[in-house]
Amino acid sequence: MQELSLNILDIAQNSVRANASLIGIKVEADTAAERLIITITDNGCGMSAETVAGVMDPFYTTRKTRKVGLGISFFRLAAQQTGGDLTVESELGKGTRVTAWFTLGHIDLAPVGDLEGTVTSLVQCNPDIDFVYTLCVDGQTFEMDTRDMRAILGEVSLAEPQVALFIREYLTENTQEMIPPEFHGGIIPK
Amino acid sequence: MKSLAELAAIRDKMRQTVATRDDKASVRVVVGMATCGIAAGARPVLNAFTEDVARRALENVMVTQTGCIGICQYEPVVEVYEEGKEKVTYVKMDPAKVARVVSEHLVGGTPVAEYTVGTISK
Ligand SMILES: Nc1ncnc2c1ncn2[C@@H]1O[C@H](COP(=O)(O)OP(=O)(O)OP(=O)(O)O)[C@@H](O)[C@H]1O
Ligand SMILES: [Mg+2]
Repeated sequence: MQELSLNILDIAQNSVRANASLIGIKVEADTAAERLIITITDNGCGMSAETVAGVMDPFYTTRKTRKVGLGISFFRLAAQQTGGDLTVESELGKGTRVTAWFTLGHIDLAPVGDLEGTVTSLVQCNPDIDFVYTLCVDGQTFEMDTRDMRAILGEVSLAEPQVALFIREYLTENTQEMIPPEFHGGIIPK
Repeated sequence: MKSLAELAAIRDKMRQTVATRDDKASVRVVVGMATCGIAAGARPVLNAFTEDVARRALENVMVTQTGCIGICQYEPVVEVYEEGKEKVTYVKMDPAKVARVVSEHLVGGTPVAEYTVGTISK
């Protein structure tokens, strides 16, 4: 994956497949501490301790279409190559939390990329699931909760292209000034 | 700066659209968004379809995702379902190709043959 936002999209797809009704996506950065933490939480079917141990292995999958499961392994590698790592906490019937941490400014940090595109795609494609997206940079926080949007939209679906376009523009306008240069990854020109 | 309050205006506009929507003419654009699709560039394709469809206010078109279609080497894969017509499968899509599919297929009614699965040789 070229961008961490694509890993986020992919990891959240696991939550969709786990039949979650609420998915949280949190991106937290502390530039002074050179720390980036990405957390994806869901209230889906969860996994047994055995399954959790298995998912760190790229050849583990419960997919029927393919013999390898790459999503979590890819995301973990992206974290490890910056000196970070990834954990999976899960409980059957309760849900799952995937946490990945990264070193901001690290030469091997992938760009965070188009977070708005990721969140918009998830909401649009899964209009019956609620999403909470939180971006927190150096103490400044932006939060979007689809339940607030649903309250305004009534019976009009979050899947409507016009609504999706609004969400994308809304996210971009409200977060672009929060994005620190470190999010562009790799070497920061001085 | 955009605020959530603007959603109310979109809702009112959509309510009229939804009321007059003709289910028989409905079109579904489905983008493969499993790991293979995402890694190959499915998200910008989905975003480009959404933006084009929204800006042209194509009332009967919905854009959504599916999992692994099983032809990973052809990702990003897009399937177009139209009521009463055979499914059209586009392969190796990118945002530039999306513009043509929207204008020629979704608006004009003629699939872009050169982007479909049958015409791409291995
Ligand atoms: N949020 C989750 N809830 C429940 N089970 C999960 C969750 N995330 C992962 N899993 C389990 O872990 C397995 C491995 O996940 P991973 O994303 O690495 O691969 P995959 O989803 O199987 O395939 P790929 O991501 O390559 O399309 C999944 O098949 C699923 O059984
Ligand atoms: Mg996966």
